[in-house]
Amino acid sequence: MSISLALAGNPNSGKTTLFNALTGARQHVGNYPGVTVEKREGNWVINGKTLKVTDLPGTYSLTAYSLEEKVARDYLLENRSSVVVDILDATNLERHLFLAVQFMELGVPLILAVNMMDEAESSGIEIDIKLLASLLNIPVVPTIAREGKGKKEIFEELEKFDISTFKGSGFEISYGELIDEEILELEKLINGFSSVIQKYPSRWAAIKYLEEDPEILKIVDKADFKGEAKKRLEDLKNKTRNLFDMDPETIISDKRYGYISGIVRQAVRYKKESADRHKMTDKIDAVLTHSITGPVFMALVFYILFKATFAFGEIPMGWLESFFGFTGDVVTKIVPEGLLQSLIVSGIIDGVGGVLGFVPLIAIMFFMISFLEDAGYMARMAYMLDRVFRTFGLHGASVMPFIISGGIPGGCAVPGVMAARTLKSRKERIATILTAPLLMCGAKVPVFVLLCGAFFGEKAAMAMFWLTMGGWAAALLSAKLLRSTLIKGESTPFIMELPPYRMPTLKGVLLHTWERAKQYIKKAGTFILAISIVIWAMMTFPQLSDQEVSKYEQIKQNVSVEYEGTQELDAKLLEADNLLRQAELKNSIAGRLGTAITPVTELAGFDWKTNIALIGGFAAKEVIVSTLGTAYSLGETDPDAPEALSDKLINDPDFDYITAISLMIFVLLYAPCFVTVVATAKEIGWKWAMFGVISNTVLAFGLSAAFYQTARLGIFS
Amino acid sequence: MVLVCLRQMEKNSHGTIKKINGSREMERRIRDLGLFPGVKFKVEGRAPLKDPVALRLDNCKITLRNNEADNIMVEPEGGES
Repeated sequence: MSISLALAGNPNSGKTTLFNALTGARQHVGNYPGVTVEKREGNWVINGKTLKVTDLPGTYSLTAYSLEEKVARDYLLENRSSVVVDILDATNLERHLFLAVQFMELGVPLILAVNMMDEAESSGIEIDIKLLASLLNIPVVPTIAREGKGKKEIFEELEKFDISTFKGSGFEISYGELIDEEILELEKLINGFSSVIQKYPSRWAAIKYLEEDPEILKIVDKADFKGEAKKRLEDLKNKTRNLFDMDPETIISDKRYGYISGIVRQAVRYKKESADRHKMTDKIDAVLTHSITGPVFMALVFYILFKATFAFGEIPMGWLESFFGFTGDVVTKIVPEGLLQSLIVSGIIDGVGGVLGFVPLIAIMFFMISFLEDAGYMARMAYMLDRVFRTFGLHGASVMPFIISGGIPGGCAVPGVMAARTLKSRKERIATILTAPLLMCGAKVPVFVLLCGAFFGEKAAMAMFWLTMGGWAAALLSAKLLRSTLIKGESTPFIMELPPYRMPTLKGVLLHTWERAKQYIKKAGTFILAISIVIWAMMTFPQLSDQEVSKYEQIKQNVSVEYEGTQELDAKLLEADNLLRQAELKNSIAGRLGTAITPVTELAGFDWKTNIALIGGFAAKEVIVSTLGTAYSLGETDPDAPEALSDKLINDPDFDYITAISLMIFVLLYAPCFVTVVATAKEIGWKWAMFGVISNTVLAFGLSAAFYQTARLGIFS
Repeated sequence: MVLVCLRQMEKNSHGTIKKINGSREMERRIRDLGLFPGVKFKVEGRAPLKDPVALRLDNCKITLRNNEADNIMVEPEGGES
């Protein structure tokens, strides 16, 4: 019979490290149905057998308050044939046993893996594994997951389980006479409710009922027509309040800790004082979370993060760019000129290539983020910045998604949105994901460089600075607005662990990076390919009538006759060609759309040329500059060398610095590019993703129109 | 025995948790992270903006916001170590 196992444990117990050690690269990441909690599954091949391993989300308890706890609990209740391997941090056994005891009470087949035995030893903690196993009456295995030690032992214990005959370990904690009796009575009562015992073990349900677990209260009260259980709970509450000034729930939790303390006192010996054991982490924290050196170091980390990403990312990005450029050239040569060529080169290769070009950037960014997270530094950043972010209804852990998305110019909202997974609380996560794309991502920068260069000359750098600040202000204020309207409500408790600093394993960091890159590549191959084609079609169809085309051909003819033999011929021919491109673009769906909405967009000072560029910018913000070039009949403008376009803009009488500012406000804030929209949908659902598209565009247009109108009034009055 | 609120504890002072108030969810969260009556701790420090607060427990470090610390009543220990 094939055994499957589920890995469970507290956050920071080394659970994922063990999962990686067991499954290697034979794993995949998905989501639990209907929720955005990551579900990792993999195969463990040992002694010629293949075991299915599921990595449950890290939790401190099974109270089902947080999404992670609920997911872990439901998984265990629904997959009774899995053996649970609970990973505990040997250096922190007492706390980690709190979860283990809850698994024991749930009656699941359980193996305890006491992890980081090496660290425990060097910190002077001696654990008597055999004694622990006999006290708890379940198998206990010492492991060092980082080095892959303990796998064989886990397998040996696993083989001893006969799942088909497993009937629970019969483990019970005494909660004191009063509560114990009540549990027995309730258990009898619950045994009569088939809807409850189909899903939950009856004794466990009885305990949870007394702990006032919301889910259990609901299902039991629903089955309990006479309200008997409810009355019993109320009576018990009155009694315990009178006798001990406590609710049953508190007594139960205290007794659990009491039981665990008893076990730990017998099985664990400390050879060093607590202060000595944590010297290292405390010393590092004294600097890294210090009120002055802490923020300085953090700023340095951000700086390095960006420098390194672009320094290392540019090289492989260049390779990819040349590769797609080369592929485009080859196709241009092989496929005859016409629609098919245009579709393959401009639609598919440029579209997908543009997206895949980001892969190195994303990989490097996640490499460093995983490193910071595994090292324990991410929790410190959240700790130091929580006060700031909380003011805007966010969470300390919102900092990473913000910074990556463009808190420092040059980020990218796609990995930013993905990085918001470290946020455990849903409300703060939605607010973070929806507002992060308002920041200054790398793709917006060329637009600003063009406009600032054209209209602000020497003050361009200053203008860029204020735009970055504007992005921050917009993101934080919109977050505040969201959190006080659509996703309002108390902030989720912040309370969390500051894990000891640890050197991350290369394997763990690499696996994590690969996972993220893989998800991104998959998206580029499917959804993004489809949208690239749609946008290409919008900018290509309908085509000009033959009559129109021949008109431009005629112009070209005239030009070649007129300038024959002169040096100007090529330039003049190109000019004529660009006029054709401009006419083609204006005639396309995107062009017509751009023209049709002019009456509205004029409020913000945008004419049809700008509108088309903005529509194209929905594919990727980089496209704005090149499309603007085509619309100004300059042919495709290379975003890195926009001088010609810049001159055109300066000379356009309808385009002055007020239009430029209005356009910059709009570009900074309007709908995220569709790659970001897809990423957002994956994280928090299509409803929110579409909401982001609409609300950001409305916000952007409102602000730029308000600015444009006010500024014009100022000039004309 | 004089109980004080955790928020009022100075940096580097020691204490023992005596009582946890607050909403059920808040209390449960606090307990789940190992802060329950009888646990001894040291106030390790506060974030640069004075909130949240970091506590050193016997085997781990926990951080919580001041408004969460308001729910925790503590018996302070005299003297520094």
